[in-house]
Amino acid sequence: MNEVSLGFIFIDSLLINNFVLSVFLGICPFIGVSNKLSTAWRMGVSVIFVIVVSSVLAYGTNSLLIAMHAEYLRIITYIVIIASTVQLVEMFIKKTSPALFRALGIYLPLITTNCAVLGVALFQTARNYSFAQSVVFALGSSMGFTLALVIMSIIRERLELSDIPNLAKGTALVLMIAGTLSLAFMGFAGMGG
Amino acid sequence: MGHDHGATVSPSENMEAFLNGLWKQNPVFVQVLGTCPTMAITNSARNAVAMGLATLFVLVFSNMLISMVRRLVQKQVRIATYILIIATFVTMVDYIIKAVSIDVYKALGPFIALIVVNCIILGRAEAFAGKNPVWQSILDGFGMGIGFFIALFCLGSVREILGAGTLFGFSLFGSNFQPWVLFLLPSGGFFTLASWLLVFAWWKERGKAKEAQA
Repeated sequence: MNEVSLGFIFIDSLLINNFVLSVFLGICPFIGVSNKLSTAWRMGVSVIFVIVVSSVLAYGTNSLLIAMHAEYLRIITYIVIIASTVQLVEMFIKKTSPALFRALGIYLPLITTNCAVLGVALFQTARNYSFAQSVVFALGSSMGFTLALVIMSIIRERLELSDIPNLAKGTALVLMIAGTLSLAFMGFAGMGG
Repeated sequence: MGHDHGATVSPSENMEAFLNGLWKQNPVFVQVLGTCPTMAITNSARNAVAMGLATLFVLVFSNMLISMVRRLVQKQVRIATYILIIATFVTMVDYIIKAVSIDVYKALGPFIALIVVNCIILGRAEAFAGKNPVWQSILDGFGMGIGFFIALFCLGSVREILGAGTLFGFSLFGSNFQPWVLFLLPSGGFFTLASWLLVFAWWKERGKAKEAQA
């Protein structure tokens, strides 16, 4: 069992080892959905939900797999869990808010291939987190993902009005801003003990 | 490339399936897919090579198997089937790397398992292997895999040379070199990929300008 305190896990996954800016997970949606604040925000909230639910399910499944001595099935079961959670969220949003469903469009099913989701499940297994630690880790890292996404979308909304050389427009510029953000986030290192 | 007539494919088409991924449709520099592993593990050339080989293996074999079963799989469940096939090969790679070198296994960590969600692999399954004969799908897998490998190597070597002054662990500049540590840090990954994308964009623009002149 891992002896790290819950508060530290939260701060660590939210700011110090931010999933997007320092562990490089979830870059594709980070580049893809960050051009408008409203979409970025909604995407972030659905990702938080998917990550927390799939982390809880993955924790349960992992104990079951260990009891059955079938650890080699881990990757396969995790991906199935994530795909079904995403499907569930999709049906839920479609039923409760069709407008949001249309706004998220193709990005909703693509959460399945968001590496942040599988990343949380794999990291919590690799680090031997307890149940409470896993949930806090899932909350912290998914909120960290949303934080990075929202910051980036605010910057990109501003950029729309500025004059950028043609060559740098698009992904290259987003990556350079992300690099700068990543440098800024390094300032959090050492926080929380 | 949508037609499907097995053995009667001309050699030039085979060649095209292979070269497409290598340069014209390079998965990282042109399509900007699979960026997460591209930046996460390219802080040294050795890690980049290991990751490139692992992805190449998964890409070739999953393309092959998906192309073999493409007539048996119902359209509605195809994505789920693809993911299961890919996950199986990734599990194999995970255990192979663990058996071959425990150092590399520790350095890559969970990023080996994360090959499952590398968009390049599912992208090729959906766009190519699900519609084309086996042999072409294998070639396509090789092309894309080697394209990805080259991209990883470009990033990994630049970051290791600038960030540590070494390549594959060999010192390049002697003892007076001041390493530019920024490039080994996460932000260095973002900056290096951005610079490569700029180089490619410039290359394309130059080609277009030449065509316009001629």
